[in-house]
Amino acid sequence: MAFIPHTREDVESMLAAIGVGSIEQLFDEIPASLRLAALSGVPEAASEMEIGRLMSERARLDGRPLCFIGAGAYEHHIPAAVWAIATRGEFYSAYTPYQAEASQGTLQLLYEYQTMMASLTGLEVSNASLYDGASGVGEACLMAVRANRRSRSQRILVPTTVNPLYRRTAAAVAGNQGLVFEELPYCTEEGCIPPGALARYDGQDVTAIVIQQPNFFGRLEDVDTLCDWAHARNILVVAVVNPTSLALLKPPGQWGTKGADIAVGDGQPLGVPLSSGGPYFGFMTARMEHVRQMPGRIVGRTLDAAGRAGFTLTLQAREQHIRRAKATSNICTNQGLLVTAATVYLSLMGPAGLERVAAASHARTRELVGALIRVPGVRRLFRGPAFHEEAIALDRPAAPVLEKLTARGILGGLDLSEHYPELGPALLVCATETKTSADIERYANALAECLREARAA
Amino acid sequence: MSNVPTDLKYTKTHEWVRTLSDGTVEVGITDHAQHALGDLVFAEVPEAGRKLSAGEPFAVVESVKAASDVYSPIAGEVTASNPALAAAPEVINSDAYGKGWLMRLRPAGGAPTAALMSAEEYQKLIAEEGG
Repeated sequence: MAFIPHTREDVESMLAAIGVGSIEQLFDEIPASLRLAALSGVPEAASEMEIGRLMSERARLDGRPLCFIGAGAYEHHIPAAVWAIATRGEFYSAYTPYQAEASQGTLQLLYEYQTMMASLTGLEVSNASLYDGASGVGEACLMAVRANRRSRSQRILVPTTVNPLYRRTAAAVAGNQGLVFEELPYCTEEGCIPPGALARYDGQDVTAIVIQQPNFFGRLEDVDTLCDWAHARNILVVAVVNPTSLALLKPPGQWGTKGADIAVGDGQPLGVPLSSGGPYFGFMTARMEHVRQMPGRIVGRTLDAAGRAGFTLTLQAREQHIRRAKATSNICTNQGLLVTAATVYLSLMGPAGLERVAAASHARTRELVGALIRVPGVRRLFRGPAFHEEAIALDRPAAPVLEKLTARGILGGLDLSEHYPELGPALLVCATETKTSADIERYANALAECLREARAA
Repeated sequence: MSNVPTDLKYTKTHEWVRTLSDGTVEVGITDHAQHALGDLVFAEVPEAGRKLSAGEPFAVVESVKAASDVYSPIAGEVTASNPALAAAPEVINSDAYGKGWLMRLRPAGGAPTAALMSAEEYQKLIAEEGG
C-alpha cells in the first residue's frame, strides 16, 4: 500500500462532495484581519550545511563549563554503552507503541523498567513513564483525587520545600480541574517542613499531601512522621523522589507504617544527559490498591494461547483512545527512548553501582560545601542532613557572583532568590560523582575571588 | 437473544432497576450490557451516603477492552454498594441481575421508577440497536 494520503483527484472529489470550490474557501469564516499571509521575522530556509555550521558555532558559545547546579537535573556519568544500546534500531523509537503486542522487545524492556522502578521505590506497580518529574506531580495529584474517594475537598497540601517549578507545573496541569493547592511554609533554620506546620489541618478534609525527599534544598524531611500523620487523617501521600537517592535512602513504599501511596519523580539522573533542560522522563509508581486510577499504561507478562511467555499491555482501558474525555490522563508517553536509556543504565549499574553513585555524590557534596563555607562571606544556610545538594548563603547578591563565576567557566549553582527571596543572597549547590577534589578546589578559589571583587566594587 | 426479566425496570443506557420491599432500589447493568462489554475485570462502585441525581455517573465498569460509566437511573442516596465485586467482578457477567448488582439507592421523592422503561420497551430498544 502506498502511503500517499490524498491525491489531487481525492481532494477534488472530497470538495465536490461537500460543495466547496477550493480548500482556501474552507477558511473563509476566519476574518481577513486575523489571517497572516506570511510569517515576519523568520529568516529564509537554510541548507543542511548552513544549519550544521550555525549550530556548531552556537554550541561553541556554551563552552565546557564545570557544573555545580542541580535543582532537579543532575550531571552524572553515563556509561558509553547506555546510548550505544538505546540508539540501536531495535529500540530507537520515542513511543510506547499503540499496536503494542507486535513489538515484544519494546514491551519486555518496559516490563523490566517497571520492575526496576517498583523495586527502587518500594511500591507495587509502576506505569510505563510520564513526560517529566514536574508534570508527574500534577498527574499524581489528579490520581490522588480519583483514588481518595472519602475526601471531597480536592485540597492538596504542597510544602514550599517541593521544587518550585514542579509546584507551578502541577498547578498548571491540575489547577483548572478543580484541585486546590495549599502551600505549607518551611522552617527557615532547617530548610524542612516544621513538625507543627500540619496541626492546623487536623479535622479538615484534605485529599493528599506532596512530600519531596530529598527536598528542593537537598535536605531530608521527616517522612515517617509526615506519612503517618497523613494516613491517620485519610490523606494520601504523594512522594516526589530522586531515583539515585533511593539507592541510599528509605524508599517511599517504606515511609512510616504504611508507606507512601504514589511516588513520582524525574528519571533524568538515570542515564539521561542534561542537554539544556530536556527531553527527560517522569516515573510513577503506586500501591496496588490505586492501580486503576494510575495514568498511562502498564506492561504485563503473560502466556499466549500456546502457553508461551509473552508481554502485553495489561492496563490501558482508561487511556484516552478508549475513555476519551474521561481518560485517567491524556498521557501515553512519548518518552520511550529515555526510558530505554534509563533501563539500560540501571541494568549496567545494578543496585551496587547505583549505591556507589549515590554515596559518591553525597560525599562530593559534603566536600564541596565544606570547602565553600571556608570561603570568607559564605555560610551553610540550613543545619541537618542533606543528600547531594545544599543551600549556602553569600554576603553579596548571588546573581552578579554567578556571572563572574560563569566567566571563569564555572556554573556555581542556582540563585535561590527568585523562588525564595526571604533567604537573602543564597545558592543551591550540588556535586555528583563527576566532580573531583581539584574541581571543588577550583570552585572554592574562584568563589573567594568573585566575592572579593564584589565587595571591592 | 439477551435476557430481559419482566419484573425489572430499565434505562436507555442499559441499567436495570429493582424495587426492594423496604422501598429502596437495586441497580445493575443489563445482560445485554455485560455481553457488549465482554469479560469484566474491575468495577468501581460508590460509597454509601453519596447523593446522586438522575443520569449522574455512579460507577465505572472495566472490561478487557473498555471502561464505561454506569449512570444512576434515578435520584437518591446510596445505601450500599456490592462488596463482592472487588474480589469477583466477573459475577456481573455470570449473574447480571442477581449477584452482579452494583448499588442500592434510597430514592429521593416518591414513585421514582414510573419514568423508566418496561422490559418490553427495553427489549425493543436493544433489538433496534442490533442486540
